[in-house]
Amino acid sequence: MIKKGEWVLIHRNVLEVSDRAPQVPDDTKKVPLEMWVKGYLQGDANIGDEVNVLTRTKRKEHGTLLEVNPTYKHDFGNFVPELLHVSEQVREILFGGESNE
Amino acid sequence: MSKDMSYSAVLARKPEIMKQSVGIDYSTFESGSIAFDYEKMMRETGYSLEEIQKIQADTGVGNTPILELKNLTALARKCAAPGKGARIFIKDEASNPSGSFKARRAATAVYHAKRLGYKGVISATSGNYGAAVASQAAMAGLKCIIVQECYDSKGLGQPEIIEKARKCEALGAEVIQLSVGPELFYSFLVLLEETGYFNASLYTPFGIAGVETLGYEIAMQFREKYGKDPDAVVATNAGGGNLTGTARGLIKAGAESKVIAASVDLSGLHMASDSQFNRKSFTTGHTGFGMPFTTWPDRSDVPRSAGRPLRYMDRYLTVHQGEVFYITEALASLEGLEKGPAGNTALTAAFSLAQEMDQDQMIVVQETEYTGAGKHIQPQLSFARDNGIEIVIGNPKDEVPGKNIILPSHPSLIKANDANLDNMRRSLIKNALSNFNVTPTEDDIEFLAVETNTNIEFVKNVLASL
Repeated sequence: MIKKGEWVLIHRNVLEVSDRAPQVPDDTKKVPLEMWVKGYLQGDANIGDEVNVLTRTKRKEHGTLLEVNPTYKHDFGNFVPELLHVSEQVREILFGGESNE
Repeated sequence: MSKDMSYSAVLARKPEIMKQSVGIDYSTFESGSIAFDYEKMMRETGYSLEEIQKIQADTGVGNTPILELKNLTALARKCAAPGKGARIFIKDEASNPSGSFKARRAATAVYHAKRLGYKGVISATSGNYGAAVASQAAMAGLKCIIVQECYDSKGLGQPEIIEKARKCEALGAEVIQLSVGPELFYSFLVLLEETGYFNASLYTPFGIAGVETLGYEIAMQFREKYGKDPDAVVATNAGGGNLTGTARGLIKAGAESKVIAASVDLSGLHMASDSQFNRKSFTTGHTGFGMPFTTWPDRSDVPRSAGRPLRYMDRYLTVHQGEVFYITEALASLEGLEKGPAGNTALTAAFSLAQEMDQDQMIVVQETEYTGAGKHIQPQLSFARDNGIEIVIGNPKDEVPGKNIILPSHPSLIKANDANLDNMRRSLIKNALSNFNVTPTEDDIEFLAVETNTNIEFVKNVLASL
């Protein structure tokens, strides 16, 4: 059970497939326009419940409860060794040679 | 009775919502046909350069340093013919409070919103502008909502956009994340209507006037330090405001520097496509925005965009994704400067351009941006690889957007390509005709000549050929 007042992430469809704009490409037309927003939970609930929240600007929003204390998961990704090649190469071209060993 | 919130009903209320949320009655500048009075719009709703300098100084925006990239210049000279290889400089806009030049645009927009008594500001942007608006709103004590196009239908989002959401939230903004599609504009209108907040559009006169200080500073700083204006100013081009504002500032300073647009070549990828959304490794500064906005600026979120880049650009260079990644890494390795990828698009074009120019000439790249988790070449490339994009070392001319990213096997392979400006001018004229569906008046023809930086004869010839 997640308590009223907790900081949560919710999700809902803003436009269903049938309501999408005419100029949208075919692959995009096959899926709804989805929205994610965070706010303070307005009543005790469980993940997956339809809930109301109050956002940072005090707007009321509703949607499916996805996560409590939603966490940022972005990072620097997996190491890309090709970048090391670039770094070595430009230093070699400018400052390389035996005198620099 | 509750309002009709269907897509078509909300879009039909656009003029009224815009008027309320921008505080500008655009009809004042309209001729009723293709032409409108751009300079009048900039004059009457903008601020003077001096006022903007003061507004920006009050929030720690502007007066960013110019750095000479001596080692990158030396690398360009290693690749150039004897005597060639102009000096390359950058204006370090990452040192603005929000980490990019967008702070200049946001400073004027938020100042204006506060002055008019709005309680909050809203902006639709997945990029640095969101952070800039959030930063300025934080200082002004205004509420702030940022609307982002963020995820595909699998819930997968570019690390750079996700980082931008974090930054906006760190600065106190509410962030609304949407899946792919142009109906972001629908959600944006709904929010403006619901909250009554100010539309801190990137394309209002205040926003563009905010960038004029950037061009002006470049001229003044170069005169003070080097005794002359730079020969060329390169601007990464997406929606056109960056280039427009910078060019106008240079003109106000009386500088005659060439103004050159640069974009990452993403030709072949459809920007509103759910399946192609995550197959690009640049979220802005690419041809997917640059070309359509240059050839039709009024596709923006205001009735008449203040960003009209085709009026001011002398050349439009495109570069490949792999080339920008290479130069970004070179900037870190040779200059000790870690910067985000967007400003480095112009830097990549400058690296190539320098090799056409003489060693005593000077090129300035007019922005840098912050970098960090998500917003860095490492996560961008890692994300691309995870999404099936091949990352190889080879010749960047073989790069196919959405399929591979080719890091040049040698820096001499970095070659910016000239986009055909006359074709873009023809497109703009064609777009004007199809959007207005009128027989152009003499005023329209004159307007289109200014819009395309050509002359009446050019416009008439294009019109005759359509």
